[in-house]
Amino acid sequence: MPDDPAIPPGSRRSFLARTAGIAAGAAALSILPRPSLRAAPQAMQELIRKVVGEAPLRTGKVRLDVPPLVENGNAVSLIVSVDSPMTPAEHVKAIHIVNEKNPQPHVISVTLGPSAGCARVSTRIKLADSQRIMALAQMSDGSFWTASADVIVALAACLEDLRQ
Amino acid sequence: MTRALINVPATAKRGDIIEIKTLISHPMESGYRVGTNGVPIPRDIITLFSCVYNGEEIFRAELSPAIAANPFLAFFAIARDSGTLAFHWSGDNGFAVTETAAITVE
Repeated sequence: MPDDPAIPPGSRRSFLARTAGIAAGAAALSILPRPSLRAAPQAMQELIRKVVGEAPLRTGKVRLDVPPLVENGNAVSLIVSVDSPMTPAEHVKAIHIVNEKNPQPHVISVTLGPSAGCARVSTRIKLADSQRIMALAQMSDGSFWTASADVIVALAACLEDLRQ
Repeated sequence: MTRALINVPATAKRGDIIEIKTLISHPMESGYRVGTNGVPIPRDIITLFSCVYNGEEIFRAELSPAIAANPFLAFFAIARDSGTLAFHWSGDNGFAVTETAAITVE
């Protein structure tokens, strides 16, 4: 910001003017669209179709725990649990996690069975942007259940340059 | 040397549901990053993890680049019999690590 002769340098007014300029710049930066390779939400929908097939996808039974706001997208803890008795007759066969805006929509697919006793899996994932994450659970009777969670990411993963 | 940490209870009552936690050191390089020289950094990830309990596969995970570095996985199993749990990670560039843990079921 150019020095204004009317405002003595180091004064409170010049300080306020400077910080306002910095804040405005930061706000403008954060709303700029970042050019990058990103899986569009359509890619996620396509992946969901591929996993689920023609079966209906119902909301419920699945619980997806992710923090709503994360500072660093490089490691976001994620816990997915499914309400199921986990008996040989009725259990969860697979759980898939998909996301909207990472370069690839797929995050993880786990296969489990009645010997797990409890349908609950924890891991840590990378998030390239603030986005929606979905968990899909495939039951032994062939039905699919889902839950989703929105996460705001302050510092994105994956796309930063690496110092070598 | 790849380091893997495994947390399995040493003893359990028959029928108990036990939690198994695993962590392995691995960069999980996504393949989407560019180095300072402008050259893309090739993908190097673990793609598959499995846990075999006394010969029966009880858990399997297919991982994507979206899994954070040093993959952490925690899951559950029913303690049926004493024996061993074998954990296997495999991935890009011929990465393959197997670890075992013993469990005593009373």
